[in-house]
Amino acid sequence: MNEAAEIPALAATLTALLLVVGAATTLIGALGLLRLRTFYQRVHAPTLGTTLGTAFIAIASMIYFSMAEMRPVLHELLIIIFVIVTTPITLMILVRAAVFRDETENQ
Amino acid sequence: MSPMLAWSITIAQILLGLAMACATFRILYGPRAQDRVVGFDSLYVNSMLLLLVFGIGSGSVHYFEAALIIALLGFVSTVALAKFLLRGEVIE
Repeated sequence: MNEAAEIPALAATLTALLLVVGAATTLIGALGLLRLRTFYQRVHAPTLGTTLGTAFIAIASMIYFSMAEMRPVLHELLIIIFVIVTTPITLMILVRAAVFRDETENQ
Repeated sequence: MSPMLAWSITIAQILLGLAMACATFRILYGPRAQDRVVGFDSLYVNSMLLLLVFGIGSGSVHYFEAALIIALLGFVSTVALAKFLLRGEVIE
């Protein structure tokens, strides 16, 4: 498998579109992380990148490698499922820790 | 590889690099510890996406495994950091 894998034009267009849209969504999420004011607003923004961005880019990778190797390559589904399952868990534990810290500071 | 796909890979890498810069800023200047942990969470997800894009660019399937390992270890370390923020120690 070398660098010059030629894939059909429609699949290449779809891959390019999904890549750029996924990366742009991730950048919007990161900008929200940078710009929003309080912690509880900021914690929502990167979930855009972690769910939508990961789904778009992994689907683009699936399309590209399926077309390049002439067989269905579906192992990027592992990353999608894992990230979609773990993102809410992570953020819930983090926000619970933040609430705990704020409450102990206010007392 | 068609030039459009090559350009879109370059654009996606630049956008993901900017997103990583935003997350790094939040790690460095986050006013409190939980802001830094959220920045770290965003940073590892962005680096995983960058590896996936790089794997498409080089045409090799092996970068997928590195991306999967980054996702696994990043989740575990973020949960450990959150547990540390909650209790002051990780393993009680």
